[in-house]
Amino acid sequence: MMEFWVVLTGILVGITCGIAGVFLILRKMSMIADAISHTVLFGIVMAYIVTHTLNGFWMLIGAACAGILTAYLVQLLQSSGIQEDAAIGVVFTSLFAVGVLLITLFAGDVHLDVEHVLMGEIAFVPWDRWTFLSLTMPKAVWMLLIVLFINVTFLILFYKEMKLSTFDPMYAATIGLPIVLLHYGFMTTVSFTTVAAFDSVGAILVVAMLIGPAATAYIISQTIKQMFIWSVSFGVASAVIGYYAAKFLNTSIAGMMAATVGVLFIAIIVFKKMMDNSKKKHLQAE
Amino acid sequence: MISGNLLWVLIGTMLLGVAAGITGTFSFLQKQSLVGDAAAHAALPGIALAFLFTGQKELPILMIGAAITSALAVYCIQWITSYSKLKADAAIGIVLAVFFGVGIVFLTIVNRSPLGNQSGLNDFIFGKAATMTKNDLMWLFLSATIIIAVSLLCYKEWKLLIFDPVYAKGIGLPIEALKAILTALIVMTIVTGIQAVGVILMSALLIIPAASAKLWSKKLTTMLIVSGAIGGLSGIAGTFISSLRTGLSTGPIIVLVAAGMFFISYLVSPQAGQISKYRRKVQFRRLGDRP
Repeated sequence: MMEFWVVLTGILVGITCGIAGVFLILRKMSMIADAISHTVLFGIVMAYIVTHTLNGFWMLIGAACAGILTAYLVQLLQSSGIQEDAAIGVVFTSLFAVGVLLITLFAGDVHLDVEHVLMGEIAFVPWDRWTFLSLTMPKAVWMLLIVLFINVTFLILFYKEMKLSTFDPMYAATIGLPIVLLHYGFMTTVSFTTVAAFDSVGAILVVAMLIGPAATAYIISQTIKQMFIWSVSFGVASAVIGYYAAKFLNTSIAGMMAATVGVLFIAIIVFKKMMDNSKKKHLQAE
Repeated sequence: MISGNLLWVLIGTMLLGVAAGITGTFSFLQKQSLVGDAAAHAALPGIALAFLFTGQKELPILMIGAAITSALAVYCIQWITSYSKLKADAAIGIVLAVFFGVGIVFLTIVNRSPLGNQSGLNDFIFGKAATMTKNDLMWLFLSATIIIAVSLLCYKEWKLLIFDPVYAKGIGLPIEALKAILTALIVMTIVTGIQAVGVILMSALLIIPAASAKLWSKKLTTMLIVSGAIGGLSGIAGTFISSLRTGLSTGPIIVLVAAGMFFISYLVSPQAGQISKYRRKVQFRRLGDRP
């Protein structure tokens, strides 16, 4: 039963991150996701300092604020003429440093130790349960289900708009789509995803799950719908394979999931190259 | 007032700041800032592997391991961007996260092995500037000096490489070799700094001073001096502040001092600062209001 919950959490992380990652890759915002995954730490610590609880709801709120703040600050620096990569770098390292400092100052006594935040400990997931409507499930599973629901709702509601503002922002602006609102709304869902997944896989490895499966899917997909399907499948595959590999080697589950993401990614690139080459050969033969 | 060891640590972090400020400027101008971030994260598996293979915690051995995986990460980013349709941002993100994940895998193996006993490798994630030994500092001095010296030696060529690569190629400069040396120096800076400020905050030292210097000047020479100065000052001030109280980790404070300097530059710099921009706008409006 314990193992079931851990694997289920991994699968949910794979699905949620896989869905959120698609538009991140398409909008060329991978590094903003990386930045948000670092700054979420700051948001969570702030939420803890203000409310003195580690309640999931407040964590989500804190993280969403931190995510939006990050996106806003990066935008602000960019609009005042600082190149994008430097803007991202300055913002997230500063906020991350504040987060680490606040943890060492205030939150030293709770389970919010920095290592846990960075690496997560998916093996502890089943111990922290929460009952709602007479359903008892681990807290992480609840959080992931809620965030997954939010992500899917956002996509169903704004799929057309997201597609348009991703591929033709000029046109989207001309016909009066609220581009800025969409951008921040999307950033909010990314922040939610990061928080929900962070308890189990840690802040850094969320990036692997957010970007990896979607990037792998991007290589072999022709349409967005295809990309969603592949992205979710790669996410789930990475989570499950990573879990059993970690169990076999007796090492960090989250780390192994990220490593599996990398292996799948390389495998798909090589596979794609071979397919392309064989196509070329066919053409030449004809 | 200042104990002997603290003085050495102060000098060490200052040199590190200067070195990071200088190499950071070059990588900033090449728009490679986040590649440095990925390389810094990618040092972790190298450190853990070096320890696994040799069973020693000698700094030079760990540094060589870190340098190998960092350089490999930079190479991987270039390989992904040239061999697939993925853009640079996705390549950087995936390399960063995967390498860091692999690093954590090895680190966990080290920590659970009998010879590991937490082995102090975890310090590499957040740095331990305050508790560096004389021996560690020696290595830090040595490599920071090498970095600064090589940067000054290659200054002219790099300047050309950054601002006019086509001409540089035309007059027969070994472009690829120069780029490789630059990457190697950035990796070396990261590897040197990891011990003091940790994997994650090392990228801050590469990016923030350079971004601040860009606000003050458009000339490369001035930028390098300002960036080195901001890096050095952050190193000194951060180390000093964190030594005033126990329990303050040095790395984050160094980064916060640098961030503070960036913020000040962002507001008050004469050309690109927000305040002077605002005043120019007001003046411009007044000119327009005249009949």
